[in-house]
Amino acid sequence: MSPKSLVNIGDYSREDILRILQTASRFKENPNRDLLKGRVCATLFFEPSTRTRLSFETAVNRLRGRIIGFSDAATSSSTKGESLKDTIMMVSNYADLIIMRHHLEGSARYASEISPVPMINAGDGSNQHPTQTLLDLFTIYETQGTLEKLAITVVGDLKYGRAVHSLIQGLSHFNPSFHFVAPEELAIPEKYKLFCDRQGIPYREYTDFSPAAINGSDILYMTRVQKERFTDLMEYEKVKNVYVLHNEMLSDSKESLRVLHPLPRVKEINQDVDDNPKAYYFQQAKNGIYVRQAVICDLLGIEVE
Amino acid sequence: MQVAALENGTAIDHIPSDALFKVVTLLQLQKLNNRITIGNNLKSGKMGSKGIIKVSDKFFREDEINRIALVAPNVNLNIIRNFEVVEKKKVVLPDEIIEIVRCNNPKCITNNEPMKTRFHVIDKEMVELQCHYCELKIRKEEIELI
Repeated sequence: MSPKSLVNIGDYSREDILRILQTASRFKENPNRDLLKGRVCATLFFEPSTRTRLSFETAVNRLRGRIIGFSDAATSSSTKGESLKDTIMMVSNYADLIIMRHHLEGSARYASEISPVPMINAGDGSNQHPTQTLLDLFTIYETQGTLEKLAITVVGDLKYGRAVHSLIQGLSHFNPSFHFVAPEELAIPEKYKLFCDRQGIPYREYTDFSPAAINGSDILYMTRVQKERFTDLMEYEKVKNVYVLHNEMLSDSKESLRVLHPLPRVKEINQDVDDNPKAYYFQQAKNGIYVRQAVICDLLGIEVE
Repeated sequence: MQVAALENGTAIDHIPSDALFKVVTLLQLQKLNNRITIGNNLKSGKMGSKGIIKVSDKFFREDEINRIALVAPNVNLNIIRNFEVVEKKKVVLPDEIIEIVRCNNPKCITNNEPMKTRFHVIDKEMVELQCHYCELKIRKEEIELI
């Protein structure tokens, strides 16, 4: 049975993931369809996130669905002190599906338990953002032709980076290997190393971002190193230019390597990489629309030809 | 300690002294009208210092008694009928703990909504919990009761 809501990438089995990716590739061929005609989707953004909201709303609009909702908690009743439960109960009277972003961790799980209509977590604090993971997986599949046995190099903030943690979880069904490249202060947390050990996933850690960590890889997944994550600003000054990808660093990498980034990018990918055919982050963001169309239809039990 | 022997009821022995009053709260003994004897900081060969609770004419349900496994996993539970110990029990940590523990994450939804907390026991031996909602893992020494 398909899951009723998407809260955590861990809720999706290998089969669920592959089913979504297959549907997403049909939407990539033709994203404009009448599948949501007569349906209403609610986008409840208690925390602003223009990029994610626009991607979801585009996904719904291209399927002829209608959107209700808010893009900022200031325009919702939560400023009047309404509980999340009451907001969800009210909105589920109006909409066939709820897409929610909330600053509190666990809010999505809770909402999915009380909502009588399907729920998609569009980010709950620093906890989960499963459609980001699915669009990452779709992009990896699209560029490599498989998800099996790929070598993935992830670079940047591996301590707090939600996208990286979920990517490890999502890829764990497909026998990956990882290179973790991060400054010591932002190294991959012990619990993810334990997770890899338990799943038999090989990994290596680097503090130095050099071609050695890139050359054997199929995917280079870059993330932002944020200043505010450092307790010692001297440390930040030391590493801020270390985890930056320049075009010449890709010269000995595999021909099939693709560079991904959950965006927004700041300085960690130099603009000289953008014209390299290995740069794929803008296409990756576009894939978010098709993956979200696939998740929405899957949860509503709509068959996609 | 001079205490009248229990004719019928439950005696909970070998409670760590520092957990005794938590056990009282978890079993909600303050709401009972039964005769209750509570002793604490008693000498124990095994533990150094221990607490003991005797409740007359009260036989706890499994789910009631298992609530105390979080703070006192090694207690001895004696069921007494007619001045005789008729059954000895051990407490068992349940797979799920509902409405007993507070989540240590201030940004967890459970600390911001009027709702029940819920934890999965992910390691029964080391007593490690995981919040069902925000997924934070909490070690035994970090556990805070509601």
